[in-house]
Order: sequence, then structure tokens, then C-alpha cells
Amino acid sequence: MAKITMIKAITEALDEELARDEKVLVFGEDVGKNGGVFRATEGLHDKYGNERVFDTPLAESGIGGLAAGLALQGFRVVPEIQFFGFVYEAMDEIAGHISRMHFRLGGTRKMPVTFRAPFGGGVHTPELHADSLEGLVAQMPGLRVVIPSSPYDAKGLLISAIRSNDPVVFLEHMKLYRSFKEEVPDEAYTVPLDKAKVVLEGTDISIISYGAMVRESLKAAEELAKQDVKAEVVDLRTVSPLDEETILNSVKKTGRVVIVQEAQRQAGVGAQVASLIAEKGILYLEAPINRVSAPNTPYPFSEAESDWLPNKQDIIDKVKENMNF
Amino acid sequence: MAKKIIDFEQLKDEQCAEFKTVKLLSEDGKILDSEWQSDLSDDELIELFKQMVWSRTLDTRSTKLNRQGRLGFYAPTAGEEASQIATNFAMEKEDFILPAYRDVPQLVQHGLPLYKAFLWSRGHVDGNKYPADFNALPPQIIIGAQYVQAAGVALGFKLKGQKNVAYTYTGDGGTSQGDFYEGINFAGAFQAPAVFVVQNNGFAISVPREKQTAAKTLAQKAVAAGIPGVQVDGMDALAVYEVAKAAREFAVSGNGPVLIETLTYRYGPHTLSGDDPKRYRTKETDDFWLKKDPLVRMRKFLTEKGLWSQKKEDQYVEEVKAEINEAVAKVENMPKQKISEYLKNTFEEIPANIQAAIEYYEAKEAK
Repeated sequence: MAKITMIKAITEALDEELARDEKVLVFGEDVGKNGGVFRATEGLHDKYGNERVFDTPLAESGIGGLAAGLALQGFRVVPEIQFFGFVYEAMDEIAGHISRMHFRLGGTRKMPVTFRAPFGGGVHTPELHADSLEGLVAQMPGLRVVIPSSPYDAKGLLISAIRSNDPVVFLEHMKLYRSFKEEVPDEAYTVPLDKAKVVLEGTDISIISYGAMVRESLKAAEELAKQDVKAEVVDLRTVSPLDEETILNSVKKTGRVVIVQEAQRQAGVGAQVASLIAEKGILYLEAPINRVSAPNTPYPFSEAESDWLPNKQDIIDKVKENMNF
Repeated sequence: MAKKIIDFEQLKDEQCAEFKTVKLLSEDGKILDSEWQSDLSDDELIELFKQMVWSRTLDTRSTKLNRQGRLGFYAPTAGEEASQIATNFAMEKEDFILPAYRDVPQLVQHGLPLYKAFLWSRGHVDGNKYPADFNALPPQIIIGAQYVQAAGVALGFKLKGQKNVAYTYTGDGGTSQGDFYEGINFAGAFQAPAVFVVQNNGFAISVPREKQTAAKTLAQKAVAAGIPGVQVDGMDALAVYEVAKAAREFAVSGNGPVLIETLTYRYGPHTLSGDDPKRYRTKETDDFWLKKDPLVRMRKFLTEKGLWSQKKEDQYVEEVKAEINEAVAKVENMPKQKISEYLKNTFEEIPANIQAAIEYYEAKEAK
């Protein structure tokens, strides 16, 4: 057990799985000798060799096709999309082919593919690096979309994703990579897919979130606690498919809900969560479902990021609005 | 006047030189190069031609079946038999085929039972249930997607140390896709054993080949990827076979991929879903290609060698028709598809929301 960052936890997960199963391959742009632009694959090329951890030419659709072809050949592949904002180039392979391969072959072929990609705002990237595009892939049947919010979950969820025979899009928020450390077991362990987690228990209101916004939600909850509002914070972890049970149980307990996402209002998965609660949990509610999100513009230029991204105060304000309804 | 450092006109002429087209059999069935002899045995030559006759018969029958509403989606193949069948004939059973939507004949000759091809056409998932040892994907609809996947399948063979190739098909229009270039470039960068076939039938639905690219040939697109590209008379089964066979050997020997452009023609429409070729092709063009018919010249060649006769062909066509009838009868008696089964195949590990949907549909289906 050691206190490590999320990026280190991700490297450990890749290392464990490369060691455990020789069919595991890790590839993408700069993931070889360079160890990835964020050093997620640091040291793995030297340790496992160029046949297991390798650079690809710079083309995301090519990376997607490579992943599909290698998976059909029995490999368990972990391709990296260098930044998820580049995913449009790979969208045909991910959404058009890999997501439906098991289905279209009538269950006769497996697609153990885990696309890893950094995303998320607050780190002053150029255009199309930071966008929260999880909603695009969350709309594809046949895909799981996983977004960890802590080092512990990142390692356990990534190991589960790699071991899964279904395709997973695993999104890593850049701001979480090195912002805090957490105790993480040295050895391999799994955190289940399709399961949300109550990261803070409370009785007054449910704050349902994912990714970096879980941290903001926890900070908000801490401050709200001082004002005698006991907020419960739910981290979705797998944003598609949703863990309906955990979401509804929390709403049933608190009777109030604020859904928080970094993505724009029309993007992300917040609307799906709201729809679920409206359909199956409306009788638990004492106030309307509230949402905190970024506004419906393309991702802003980086000097405006902090004004655009939802933050702790937005969450506190929305919670108070809900409590006072 | 200052000295001209660079002459782009000259560069263009040098860099975009015409590729030589490989031809072995003349339109009247004669071997063009007296020093060349096919390595194929008499039996193999007969088998190659029989597969072409099979394909032509299947095309005629499939068109009729489609018109009768007994087949679904169908992309006619007549005219392309040398290009399709002879490339496939050069491959081995363990090689992996990634066909496009017109490449059903190769898929069946590679091992897909005919009735499954019919099920695919009709829109029944059982047509895509492939045995574990059948190295193939169903026909690709998205133009070019199979090219990037072929690079992955080929790299898989290389990593496993298996002496096989991934072979894939697209058309002239497909070479304009980014995936076309990404596929050949990835395979080239990884020196992966792939054979990329471009069946240039002159038209991407209605858009003529000249409008796809300023390149004189499609084969020359290989040059930018650093892999060999070759253009072959796609109406000449012997030439297509020789080129495909050599490409396969080159690739499995660790030399990386090859791009083959076959010059061919589809006599029929793009698909039977409403395309009318008279809107974009002339009778003169049709006649020009009909004179090059791949079956006519192989038939002449084999008849002259004493290996084939009209009687043999008539008899064989009857056998093929019987095979087709049997397959049609089988697909018409397939059980109806169930939405619950679709749901079960969406993931291998079923999530809770899908499980709930399965139960809902199973209850509905039990009524």
C-alpha cells in the first residue's frame, strides 16, 4: 500500500495486466519509448518490449481499426487515444464497429478492447483536448463508458475494464492525474464495472456526479455540512450503462437531487440520470431535479476555462436552491 | 532569367508515371507471353473456372430471387468474377478475409455456407454467426473501414508468428477514404502481412473513377505508404491469380503488405435497391467491357486445352442451381429473430438495464 497519484495508479493497472496476461497489448501515439504524453505508460515499453507496448502511426481511425483487428485475433487490447477530443477521427471504429462487433456476429466473437483517453478541463490545453465527450459514446449500445474520480478507483476500474470481454471507453480526467494522492494497494484488484459508489453518505440531498466534478461535489458537501446540510455524494464511475439501483436508492433516501457534470448541459450523461429519476423515482422527490453543468457552447479558450467550468460554488448555490424549494 | 530549381510539370510526370498493367490471357483466351506458364494444375485451372461459373450463376439467380422478394440487399457481381474469385483462389483457408458488400462470392468460397450469405442478405443475424475457426468478418458496409481492421488482423498474425495474411477488398471509390490510406499505411509501418485489393470497376455508384482522384492509377497510392502497388487486368483470371498469389507469398514472407488494383467492371447496377446505371454509363462503355468478359476468355482457354466443354458447363450450372435452391429453401424456414436474443448479444457480460430489457422482451415473445 502506498499513496500514489491517479496517473501512477493507471500505470500500475497496465503493468499488472501486461504481466498477468501475455495477450494484453498497449498501443497508441507516443505510448512506447516516450511512455505517453502524460507518462501513463512510463517504463512499460522497456519492461514488456515493442511487441506488447508500442507506438502507432498518428491516425486515430487507424488505431481503432488496429484494435478491432487485434481483438479479433484473440488479443486483449488497450489502445490510447492521446486526447479524447481527437476521438471524432476514431468514432467510426469505436461507435460504428467495435461497439457492435459482438452483436453483429451474433455473439460468436469477443471485443476485449479498452480505449483509454485523457479528457477534461482546467489544465489550459489547446482546443479539442479538454472536451467532455463521454455523452457521445454513452449513447452507443454495446459500449461501457467508465470515468474514475480517484487513484484507487482508477486502478481497480481499469483492471476490470481490461479483463472485460466487452469494449470499454475509459476516460481519465487530466486534472485528476496528479492533483492528489491516495492509498492504493500495490497488487492487482478490481473495482466492479456498472456500479456507482456513494462516496459521502448524507441524508438531506443527493449530489450525483462523475469525474473531476466528484471532487468539486465533495468540497461543496464539506462546506454545506458546516451549514447543517448533509449532502450525499454519488460517483457514477460507470456512466454508461447507469447503475440505476444506487442512484434511485440515494434519491429515495434524501428526496432531493442535484446532478453535476462538467460537460455542457446538452452533453454528458446528466440528462440520462435526470430521466431515470423522473421515470422511476419521482415520487421520492420533494423538489424538482436540479442540474449543474457547463453552458451549451463549444469548450472555451483556456483563459476563460475557470469561468466556464462548473465549480464548488455553483454546486452549493444549486443545492441551496433545491433545499429552499 | 534565374535558373529553375524545380520543375513541377516534370516532377509530376516522373512521380505519377503510368503503372504497367499485368495481363496474361488475351480476350480470345490465348496466353500473351509464350515464356510464361501457369503453375496451376489442370484440375486447379478447372476449379478456378468452376468457381467463376458458380459466381456468375449465383449472380443471375440472386438477382431473380431479389426481384421475387426472396433475397434482401444484393450488390450484383457479374463482370467481376476474375477480380473476386481469382484473388480469393490465391488465399489459404486460415487467411482472414475482410470483404466489402459486393464480396459475398469470396466469402462463400472462403468457407461461409451459402445459406448464411442469403441470411445476411435477408437481414437475419444467424448469417453472421461464424464458427470459431472461420477467419472472416461479414461484408463491410462502411467504405474503407475494413482496411484499417485488416491492418490489425494482419498485425495479429505477425505477433502470433502465424504464416497467414489478412486480405481485404474495397472499390475505386474506397481509395478516397482516409481509412484506405490509414489501413495501408499502418500495415506498411508494422510490416504486417496484408493483401489490399482495390476492385476498380470504374464507378463509385455513379461517380466515375476520374472524379475520385488526380492519380493516374489507384495502385500508385501504395507508393506513398512505402509498399508495393500493382495494377492487373481484372478481367483476366490467370493474371489476377498470379498477382494475388505472389502478393500473398510476399506478405507471409515478412515483407509487409501489398496493394493490388484490379481493372474490372460490374455489368449490373450498384445494388438492386433502385440504382439505374443508364443514368451514368453509356452502352459503348458496357460493350467495351463485355468484350473483355472474364468467363469468356477463361472458357476459350480451357476449351482449347481440352479441359472444358459447353456440356460440362451446362451440367455444372444445373448443380449450382440445385445448391442455390437448397440454400434458399433453408433460409425460408429459419426461425424468426428475437429481440431478446439481440439484447443478449449486445454485451457478453450483461448489465442490469439490459437484463431488465431481456426479461421484458422475453415476456412479450412468450405471448
